[in-house]
Amino acid sequence: MIRDITIGQYYPANSIIHRLDPRVKLMATVVFIVSVFLIHDLVGFLIATAALGACIWLSKVPVRYMLKGLKVIFIILIFTVLLNMMFTPGREIFRFYFIRVTWEGVILAGKTTMRLVYLIVGSTIMTLTTTPNHLTDGLEKALSPLKKLRFPVHELSMTMSIALRFIPILLEETDKIMKAQQARCADFESGNLIHRVKNLIPVLVPLFISAIRRANDLAMAMEARCYHGGAGRTKMKPLIYNRRDKIGYAVVIAYLILWIVLICVF
Amino acid sequence: MGIINAVKLIYDYVTKDERGDVENVTSAIRGVDLDIQAGQFIAILGHNGSGKSTLAKQMNALLVPTGGTLTVKGMDTSDEKNVWNIRQTAGMVFQNPDNQIIGTIVEEDVGFGPENLGVPTKEIWDRVYDSLKRVGMMEYCDHSPNKLSGGQKQRVAIAGTMAMKPECIVLDEPTAMLDPNGRKEVIGTVRELNQKEGVTVILITHYMDEAIQADQVYVMDEGQIVLSGTPREVFSQVGRLKELRLDVPQITELAYELKKEGFPLPDGILTAKELEDALIRCKEQGYHVKAKSGEAKHVDKDRTS
Repeated sequence: MIRDITIGQYYPANSIIHRLDPRVKLMATVVFIVSVFLIHDLVGFLIATAALGACIWLSKVPVRYMLKGLKVIFIILIFTVLLNMMFTPGREIFRFYFIRVTWEGVILAGKTTMRLVYLIVGSTIMTLTTTPNHLTDGLEKALSPLKKLRFPVHELSMTMSIALRFIPILLEETDKIMKAQQARCADFESGNLIHRVKNLIPVLVPLFISAIRRANDLAMAMEARCYHGGAGRTKMKPLIYNRRDKIGYAVVIAYLILWIVLICVF
Repeated sequence: MGIINAVKLIYDYVTKDERGDVENVTSAIRGVDLDIQAGQFIAILGHNGSGKSTLAKQMNALLVPTGGTLTVKGMDTSDEKNVWNIRQTAGMVFQNPDNQIIGTIVEEDVGFGPENLGVPTKEIWDRVYDSLKRVGMMEYCDHSPNKLSGGQKQRVAIAGTMAMKPECIVLDEPTAMLDPNGRKEVIGTVRELNQKEGVTVILITHYMDEAIQADQVYVMDEGQIVLSGTPREVFSQVGRLKELRLDVPQITELAYELKKEGFPLPDGILTAKELEDALIRCKEQGYHVKAKSGEAKHVDKDRTS
């Protein structure tokens, strides 16, 4: 299950999308997500699909890899489909005791599913083609105007990049703790859901303790290397816009204008 | 006065209860005097809880003395405004290789220190490549640290401090979590930095074999320095070291046991070669190894091999 989460996993490849400035990709993702919620008819759907397809094709990431991220939200998808189908009032297709499936419900379920899938795939493209550090750098730069409002932008991005670095370490540790407990006859596999969750508590306690200890060590190591916040810090890999980034922005803006026109016309 | 100088250094860990009243005071360091000359290779030994790690953290101003003074290159660590200069002068490498790597890529981690110092971008890259070359990790510069071995991670950590151009590196048990190969790698790297670049090295360890190569050895117990001198001087006092619950290097131990059996060996033998030469001299003087004794047989083998 844990291994199926593709969000936050970088897929190394040499494509134009990979080389784009993270800020361009961030903006593109936001614009795309907004556009997905604006879809009302077939034209909009086609435009969004075309945009998504083009990005996947340009990114050179296998489609199979991208769809893996959907596994995690599969249960949520089924829930939304069922609930939408059953509880939307409208023309009835069939009735089974108190359950009424309606035409409107089916259409709404289809739309919602499509939106969710596009949402996940759209943001997965960004995380698959951007290294975590690039991503946090991009966020820091993009949010830097908020610094004037005393919002801790640098601290936030530093925290995020450290969290990303420790995810594999903590996963490994969880695995170790679970194996050590299994060796002493702990049972994580049988029983119902509540029972299993209960059995995980003895894993969480040592995991938390170790995470806190690691955080303490890391803080000391950072201090020893003269870390004192974002002030007076230089960048090893500063973000500089290239020609392709400007083109990227142009494409994103064109896409946005297309949507505005679409909404005004229909 | 040397690069690191401690005068009557005292450090207490104070635990406080909820109301902020002092509940318990543990003295970790009780009056340490230390003078380390630039360019030396120093080893600090001691068993767990002897105060050696606390002493290391003092040298980097991560902890500030409760009493006495500690100066790094003439800068007092208790003075708040010296802190960043001190940390740049005396770099520090910690025990756990995973918990001190900040970057998600090797080169980014090495660049973390210079970034904090406000070094211009181009120079950061020069420093990163330069330090990675010095520790022999250049070919891994774009790898993820998670995929490296423990020894390699520690070398990255050493490169990370080297990129800040320190004059002195304090290593707090850098090999405690490594396998024998990793240990050899790390100690070799440190040794080379000391000899080729003239970086002062302060190695805190409980592996005696690592201390043999040092210029000066300090042994700590209960927050005090109880023995100091060259490795030969320190390791010749096998009985005293055992009292302090410390091991001596294997060869030294063997020589010590042989001497107890009546062989006229000198004190403080540190290497296999020295023992071999000493044993040959014994033979020339007419001492013969009795075939009956189990230990003597072992010696016989050592000598001929």
